[in-house]
Amino acid sequence: MATGIDSWTLARPEIFLAAATCLLLIWGVVRGERSVNLVSGATALALVATAALLFLPFREGTAFASLFVVDRLTATMKALVLVSSAVALLMSRAYFEKVGAWRFEYPILLALAALGMMLMISANDLMSVYVGLELQSLALYVVASFQRDDARSTEAGVKYFVLGSVASGLLLFGASLIYGYCGSTQFARISQALLEGRAAELGVVVGLVFFVTGLAFKVSAVPFHMWTPDVYEGAPTPVTALFAAAPKVAAISLLVSVLMGPFKPLFAQWQQILVAAAVLSMLLGAVAAIRQTNIKRLMAYSSIGNVGYILLGLASGTEKGVQGVVFFLAIYVVMSLGVFAVILTMQRQGKMVEEIADLAGLARTRPMIAFAMLLFMFSLAGIPPLAGFWGKLYIFMAAIEAKLVIPAVLGVLCSVVASYYYLRIVKVMYIDEPGVALDRTPIGVNAIVAGVGAAVVALFSLLPQPLGTAAAAAAKGLFP
Amino acid sequence: MMAVGLGHYLALAAILFTLGVFGIFLNRKNVIVILMSVELMLLAVNINLVAFSAFRGNIEGQVFAMLVLTVAAAEAAIGLAILVVYFRNRGTIAVEDINAMKG
Repeated sequence: MATGIDSWTLARPEIFLAAATCLLLIWGVVRGERSVNLVSGATALALVATAALLFLPFREGTAFASLFVVDRLTATMKALVLVSSAVALLMSRAYFEKVGAWRFEYPILLALAALGMMLMISANDLMSVYVGLELQSLALYVVASFQRDDARSTEAGVKYFVLGSVASGLLLFGASLIYGYCGSTQFARISQALLEGRAAELGVVVGLVFFVTGLAFKVSAVPFHMWTPDVYEGAPTPVTALFAAAPKVAAISLLVSVLMGPFKPLFAQWQQILVAAAVLSMLLGAVAAIRQTNIKRLMAYSSIGNVGYILLGLASGTEKGVQGVVFFLAIYVVMSLGVFAVILTMQRQGKMVEEIADLAGLARTRPMIAFAMLLFMFSLAGIPPLAGFWGKLYIFMAAIEAKLVIPAVLGVLCSVVASYYYLRIVKVMYIDEPGVALDRTPIGVNAIVAGVGAAVVALFSLLPQPLGTAAAAAAKGLFP
Repeated sequence: MMAVGLGHYLALAAILFTLGVFGIFLNRKNVIVILMSVELMLLAVNINLVAFSAFRGNIEGQVFAMLVLTVAAAEAAIGLAILVVYFRNRGTIAVEDINAMKG
């Protein structure tokens, strides 16, 4: 256990990001609206620098009287969160300038949310779980309603706030029961108490169910998904891009470290919950997306389905499963940021459009963007040799090795059903007659993100080892 | 006279928590009531934490309760702020009117 100055060294990335955010906030307040471009650029830089600090040099251990833990898994997940937040921030500028809401608070809130996610990922105590989760959520509630003169954005904010608070309340009630029956909030002591026979107590199991339910809300797993489509549709598009990536990574990582850590002795109990949630999420993600006409809503259901695959990997409870989760998450983040980058380039006569029908004939008017979207859709559908195929393969193999054959088969079937609506988008772009053509926007950040994402998705099979090795190293830490 | 034990506190907390949850899902009138219900849930948790802390002789629960109180205040502030911008756009805060998007 690290003491004194060692704690500060282990938490160096978090401390750097917190200090940088505070300085930028002061700068923004002093300089007013003029500073927005500088603040947002500096925030993106700070997020990337924080990600670099995680590995230069990489050190592991626990800090601050075991409130905080750093290992390969947390470092990998934090890097994913930081990079995806930075990319989402860079994707935001054009959209918010167009709607007249490009203010310096936005990058600051994003950085605070990223800081909260880092604390969540590194939490090693029920208290740090809660504080990290709330820092993240409170920043994101505001970000969802950031377009404050738009009825849909503020409604998304209200809905996200209400259901997010319910989720926090459930999680907290669970945490209080776990604390009461195990006698400590520290993960190490909870684990010890469970191994010494507390696991049989009803209070602990009830607490665990509440705790997992709270987290299921946060990752939008069925049956706690009802806020997702509305929030994704209503929130400003770059914010939706962020929601689909970074907070998912953080909440999944928290779920992994809690379930594989202190609650490993209760595996038999939580496996049932996760399998049920995984199967329902995959089914709903596949079926409910079919009749959507709004592409952001469609992506909401798509993300629910993808969370189902991730939970299936986690439910296997093996090292392979965790490896698959990390692997799948990394690929999913690239795909979903890429899809939203494409959506952000969709404009007609200077206005943002987000209906699937608006994509008609895109292949003729903007072939490059259409091709990038085609690659993302094929990858999401899981067609080899694109990246999405490997993610699903990892998950299903882990599930089958853990004897979860029926859920895995259901997952493959859902994946087939889901490819219907992914391929429908390709059909709309390539076969349907174009209506009024979309604007030819100059090549900006979003086109670059879409291009880079498409290249990664397409060429992933040539060089899958680095991600595979990173995922394996991350999973190894949980299984000593 | 009956002594008040840990079980009584837990029952009280569970009842308050359930009232909070029902207040959120059954309430059809006003979003402010939802904010109050969320507050009720968090206070139920605090009763749990402090009761466990007192009966188990472990200080961590009281520290946790302090954190929960602080965060609850921040959460209420943010919730009300979001509600104010929502009211400016729609001119109503009735729950049944929050339906611009089907959900």
